[in-house]
Amino acid sequence: MSLLQVKKMTHYFGGLRAVYNYNLDINPGEIHGLIGPNGAGKTTIFNLITGIYTPTEGDILLDGKSIKGMRPHLIAAAGLARTFQNLRLWRYMTVLEHVKLAHYSKITYGLSGAFFNTRKRSQEENKITQKSMELLKLAGISHLADTVVTNLPYGAQRRLELARALAIEPKILFLDEPTAGMNPEEMLQMMDIIRKVQRQFNLAIFLIEHRMRLVMELSDRVQTLVFGEVVAEGLPEEVRNNPVVIDAYLGKEVET
Amino acid sequence: MKPPIDNSTPTPRKGIRRLWHSFRQLFAQTPLLGWLFGFLLASILENLIGYPLARVLGLSKIPVLFGVDIALKTPLLLPATLLYDLIIYIIPLFLTVRYLTPFANRLAAWLLRAPMWVSALIHMALLFLVLYLWTGINDYRVLVAKLMMVSIIITLSLNVVNGYMGEFSCSHPGFIALGAYIASIITVGFFVGGNLKFVILPAYLAPLVFPLALILGGVVAALGALLVAIPSFRTRGDYLAIISLAFMFIVKSMFENLEILGGARGFGDQPNLATLPVVFIWTMLCIWIINNFVQSTMGKALNAVRDNELAADAMTVDTRKTKMVTFLFAAFWAGIAGGLLAHVIRYVNPGTFGLQKLAEVLAMVYFGGLNSVIGSIVGAIGYNLLSEMLRPLELIKWLIIPLLLILVMIFRPTGLIAFREFDLHKILQPKIPAKMEEVENVPPSS
Repeated sequence: MSLLQVKKMTHYFGGLRAVYNYNLDINPGEIHGLIGPNGAGKTTIFNLITGIYTPTEGDILLDGKSIKGMRPHLIAAAGLARTFQNLRLWRYMTVLEHVKLAHYSKITYGLSGAFFNTRKRSQEENKITQKSMELLKLAGISHLADTVVTNLPYGAQRRLELARALAIEPKILFLDEPTAGMNPEEMLQMMDIIRKVQRQFNLAIFLIEHRMRLVMELSDRVQTLVFGEVVAEGLPEEVRNNPVVIDAYLGKEVET
Repeated sequence: MKPPIDNSTPTPRKGIRRLWHSFRQLFAQTPLLGWLFGFLLASILENLIGYPLARVLGLSKIPVLFGVDIALKTPLLLPATLLYDLIIYIIPLFLTVRYLTPFANRLAAWLLRAPMWVSALIHMALLFLVLYLWTGINDYRVLVAKLMMVSIIITLSLNVVNGYMGEFSCSHPGFIALGAYIASIITVGFFVGGNLKFVILPAYLAPLVFPLALILGGVVAALGALLVAIPSFRTRGDYLAIISLAFMFIVKSMFENLEILGGARGFGDQPNLATLPVVFIWTMLCIWIINNFVQSTMGKALNAVRDNELAADAMTVDTRKTKMVTFLFAAFWAGIAGGLLAHVIRYVNPGTFGLQKLAEVLAMVYFGGLNSVIGSIVGAIGYNLLSEMLRPLELIKWLIIPLLLILVMIFRPTGLIAFREFDLHKILQPKIPAKMEEVENVPPSS
């Protein structure tokens, strides 16, 4: 059974049809790429599945259960983590605090623990701290744990977003342009990290990316989205050589 | 970049600089315990020789707030008050810091071997002793100290919403009013009688009922907060400011029109239950609980909601619940503070809980520093002290305080001590002497 299934999803912003008849099937451990020109609706699809918008039509199933219309934090707690295209870090918090906070749904000490600093709370906080440090090590930024994020270099901020998303112990990870703004070297490092975490946690990954090299090397399957509709779908090589995709990216040759 | 003038007169600057360094070195080595000893000595001294000394110096009474009020009223007495401050406060403080620091450091280190709360309790007991002795001189000091502590609770609770969570709430005076009236109704109704009379209980029960009355006031304030929160937290930003401002006016006019509670005249005769120890304990409790909350991972969710709500949602944070709980929590403490305030002044009046109170509370929060427990404490104490000290200036006071606020906003836009954690261990720990040579070698900054 597939892990994440989207059936005939359609969404309108007022009169604008942003996504039309979108279908998706992701199996555990699979990396699925989504490409398409700017404004095609890729991020909208992310926002629809993660619960920021509720789709006008269609259904979304995670592990066979419908998550359509659920509030975003519950969808996230159900095992669907994401990173953002333009970094969304909390600017006055330290690196460690970011990763710790992503454990929010697993906190059991409750308000009484928060107010009165019970023993249960300190035990739980210590456990969370340990787990977070391991994730930071995995992302290669454990030495920056106590740095406030505004002082971090860009690449480290991207890695932190990834570590933070992993902290919710996801079954599937949504990456929205994970290498945007990175130089080629940083991109290669990021690819390594993505591969590493995918293997280590047997994660399914749903990836939006503009860099063809990254998409083609990482993905098991690729979809191409143009104006909210999927125009091509299949193995990376198939999609790369599909004339419709080339048209969408480069435009049609005009016969003179 | 540096003009050559700097080199022409190096000697005096260096001398002052060196003096300043050694001065700071001396004080940087003193732990909190040392300071408490110093103030304790000063307070004892004032209790013993304060009055005769004041008479000898030609002052009619002991200067209440370090003589600032006397000096402002009759500037001719400035040298006398300065001399008084020097003898009573500065010299004992200096001597303790100079000679007791090694002992205080050792003691602080020894205390930290036990669990931290032991050390914290001992520090608190010392602090209370200092406060008790210092305010023992006259009733005005008692009042100032109590109001200051109530202000700390108010400021901290508002900082939780405006600083930590980044919403702009204006309804705090309303919550304070709710707490003040509810607690007063209970204590007056059960122990004093008059216009409001339930059953008159024996007076010895009053200290036991008082905390319950305060908590009930807090709960009612929290219920009021629920009324504000439900419509406004579905939107963001300015809407909460407007709705909460409306709430404040609704509460104010409600109490103005409740004739049974004295209407706009207000009502008094609250029993004297908010004594110095009671207010002190509530303040410490408030600081402890709020500090626990904001340092927990659950409390960090407030910062996440403030800085990026979308990301908070995506990281499993229940933002709606976080906002609700926080707002109610802050209102609860505002209610407690209101109850205490009513019993400190022993009179409540709807006019107190208007725009001016709001401005005052906001000023304390933004003056002290957003997102910081220590900032709120500093803000509340600083504002209250300043406000009381400058009282003789009357109208001019309202030029000086806003001017100071503007200066703070220009040079430290988020407040004096913003975004700093209240690290108890760091505060209580002994101060290891820093190396003098390192400081010496630092080139003077331009």
